Amino acid sequence: MSVAGQTTDLEVLTLCLGGEVFAIEASAVREILDPVPVTDVPGARAFVSGVINVRGKIVPLADLRVQFQMALTPPTLDTRIVVLEIELDGDLTIVGILADKVYEVTQIAAAALEEAPRIGMRWRPEFIRFIGKRRDEFIVVPDLNRVLN
Amino acid sequence: MKTVLSVDDSASIRQMVKLTLAGAGYQVLEAENGAEGLKTAQASAVNMIVTDLNMPVMDGLSFIREVRKLPAYKGVPILFLTTESDAGVKQEAKAAGATGWITKPFQQEQLLAVVKKVIG
Amino acid sequence: MSAVDPTEIFRQEASELMEQLEQALLDLESQPADRDLVDTAFRALHTIKGSGAMFGFEQVAEFTHGFETAFDQVRKGQASSSPALIAAALQAKDHIRALIERPETANPAIGEAILTALRQAVDTGTGQPAVQHSASTHHDHVSPGEQSWRVRFRLHPDVLVNGTNPLLLLDELRGLGQATVTALTDRLPALEDLDAEACHLGWELMLSTEQPRSAIEDVFMFVSDDTELEIEALSTGTVAPPPVVAQVQAAMAASIPVPEKKAVEAEAPKSAGSLRVQAERLDELMDRVGELVIAQARLSQLAWSGNDINMKSVAEEIERLVSELRDTTMGIRMVPLGQLFGRFRRLIHDLSRDLGKTVELVTSGEETELDKTMIERLADPLVHLIRNSIDHGLEMPDARIAAGKPAAGTIRLTARHSGAEVLVSVSDDGKGLDAARIRAKAEEQGLIAPDAKLTDHELHQLLFAPGFSTAKEISAISGRGVGMDVVKRTIEGLRGTIDIGTRPGRGTEVTLRLPLTLAIIDGLLVRIGQGRYAIPLSAVEECVELSAAKDESSQGRSFLSIRGDLVPFLRLRELLDTGTAPDPYQKVVIVSSGETRVGLVVDQIIGNHQTVIKSLSKLHADIETFSGATILGDGTVALIFDIGHLVEVGQAREERQRNQQKEAA
Repeated sequence: MSVAGQTTDLEVLTLCLGGEVFAIEASAVREILDPVPVTDVPGARAFVSGVINVRGKIVPLADLRVQFQMALTPPTLDTRIVVLEIELDGDLTIVGILADKVYEVTQIAAAALEEAPRIGMRWRPEFIRFIGKRRDEFIVVPDLNRVLN
Repeated sequence: MKTVLSVDDSASIRQMVKLTLAGAGYQVLEAENGAEGLKTAQASAVNMIVTDLNMPVMDGLSFIREVRKLPAYKGVPILFLTTESDAGVKQEAKAAGATGWITKPFQQEQLLAVVKKVIG
Repeated sequence: MSAVDPTEIFRQEASELMEQLEQALLDLESQPADRDLVDTAFRALHTIKGSGAMFGFEQVAEFTHGFETAFDQVRKGQASSSPALIAAALQAKDHIRALIERPETANPAIGEAILTALRQAVDTGTGQPAVQHSASTHHDHVSPGEQSWRVRFRLHPDVLVNGTNPLLLLDELRGLGQATVTALTDRLPALEDLDAEACHLGWELMLSTEQPRSAIEDVFMFVSDDTELEIEALSTGTVAPPPVVAQVQAAMAASIPVPEKKAVEAEAPKSAGSLRVQAERLDELMDRVGELVIAQARLSQLAWSGNDINMKSVAEEIERLVSELRDTTMGIRMVPLGQLFGRFRRLIHDLSRDLGKTVELVTSGEETELDKTMIERLADPLVHLIRNSIDHGLEMPDARIAAGKPAAGTIRLTARHSGAEVLVSVSDDGKGLDAARIRAKAEEQGLIAPDAKLTDHELHQLLFAPGFSTAKEISAISGRGVGMDVVKRTIEGLRGTIDIGTRPGRGTEVTLRLPLTLAIIDGLLVRIGQGRYAIPLSAVEECVELSAAKDESSQGRSFLSIRGDLVPFLRLRELLDTGTAPDPYQKVVIVSSGETRVGLVVDQIIGNHQTVIKSLSKLHADIETFSGATILGDGTVALIFDIGHLVEVGQAREERQRNQQKEAA
């Protein structure tokens, strides 16, 4: 069953967060960086507790694991920063998000996308745009606008 | 290369004069009013002057009269820009020593044609 | 050099001219007979019309022509600058702006109505159509095939001096067809009488051409008035037109008098020797300089981490150059505030009319300069403050008289430098803020507890709370949804602060304190815990050591005695919750904002740093402690403290402690 409003296949970047596979729309991805020094911003909300320098721009670094209440494991060799350009409340904003690992750019068929079930979820359903299914895996397509607000 | 002095308080007109004449191989100097134009004329060797009439500080007519008093500017063609409603002013500008005029609004080709007419 | 589109320049120029026009019109209101003002207004109109027509703004040219025609009556002394005329002229000016900026929305009917009002104001009765002088009065009849002409002409003796080259005329005639030229030397004087600069020769041409007679006449267009010219058709077939003897001294149409030559520099434009640059280019330049500063910081860091003396000296040289380049670039972006003040005269004119209050505007410090971006962003907040002052501050004329004040209220706009800040203030001589009403309103809105003890400062800050308004009735003027909270946010966005001073019955003064520039500042880099932070150097007064002993003894008191003055201090380690132990030798950076000082306790002072200010993203918009961030030489990010905010926090603490002491006593 396809979800209302999503009739075309979704091109996404898949990544690993707290052991789950997340997918971010590929068109929002600007670049993928190796970890860089992070400057803490005292007083900031926990999921955007720091900023980084991306080519001379000050970019907030978000840790989605905080919003999804996952364990905050220390960075590993696979840790990456995915730099996104997304619309937040009508303004284009550049945000970096931490990923435990980045997999690949792939397509998810529209037919394989479903809305998040209202119940039986570990996470707040409003944070999830779709649940996609690929092979035998579930893929979480987060609603970044909500997650980051 | 021949040098043309464009005197006009309107920057857009100066820019148009400049684009047109520079495109035809002239060097173009600019001044914002008669007083500045006079200074520039004295400081440089100018082969032709294109001036507006209605300008602050020193208007075009005074400017033409003053330039003509300079020995080096006897015989240098001076064109003035005018709008159609200025019919009587043409006479006065001629009497002040102007060589010819260009009626606003004008196209780039018209400007070039008139300039060619007076300095070849 | 790149070619800038003249049309773009025209837009810019037209907007400047319209400001001049508006100023002149507003001045005319109080000095209706001032000839220079009339000339200035007329000239602005004339240029807008002329250049507008050049660059395809036909509607603008046409409308302005009507405006100019009406206004010409004033110039000729046939009409006076009556209030009705000024009002109509101001509307006309607004209409021109609309025609240039959003022609698709401009309503021709409105334009026509405005022109009618203008015509009535100058009492011309009917709107005469524009007088049409056709430039080419020649009738281009169809060429009758090749035709032979005899052309005889004698130029005025002065033409050579006046820049006409007879040879070019002959060339032009030859260009029309086949020609033989004979010089007429009969008027050549004897050598001793010969004036070498005069033209004594005449010429006769036999010309065969397919061009019509008008083409021959056109050759003489610039000299026809004072040239003896005969053009005679020679061949048969067509009726030969009568010879034209042109010795025309055309009666001068009673037309526009030439403006009297003004004693030079009546209002010498500040633009002498200036260059027009597009604003975006300045922004680009500033961005580049910003990047350069960051790269230079990296270079210096590398140079100092090595042992190469030459490298260090080059790095130092570059540091100095970059710093100078930065100052020069910022200097280029500085614009006098007078530009901005000028815009408000119209606002005040309109408001005073709408509200029935007579308002006098007094400005000072127009020459004070600020970064252009800042000036643009200041416009809206100032409009709001002025509206407030006139609407809420100033009393109605009868109330003023009853209070022993002049009927006309005064709004003062002032600007001045104060250290590295610029102070812009809007003050009125009205009734002052009503503390009781502000308090009542704040209590009603639940902003403060009914028995809350508030300082004047805190009370005034309530005015900036979202949705706060004390006006009993929302008037059409002030109640436009833009509140003081928006003003405050805008000013804070500019890294500025707002002070309010008021005296009951005497008036209110709102002062905006603004940094000179937005883009790059000198910063003092400090370390707190593990993090490095920048403090705007302009706010720093001095740095003192906080010995462990002193720190110990000041526990719970948080005051420091600086030469006899008690200065509250903030332990930034605690404020930022670093969770680290203090360094054995902490430093206190004394900063000030306005009249207030506060000490900031840091672990280490690292040194000066040219700080390119970058804003924090939306995701960090809720953080008040920092006004932005900058990039250090090693590429990491350092946050910049918002001094205004820290001082407020310090002040609040101080007051709380004072109150506690009072209660304890």
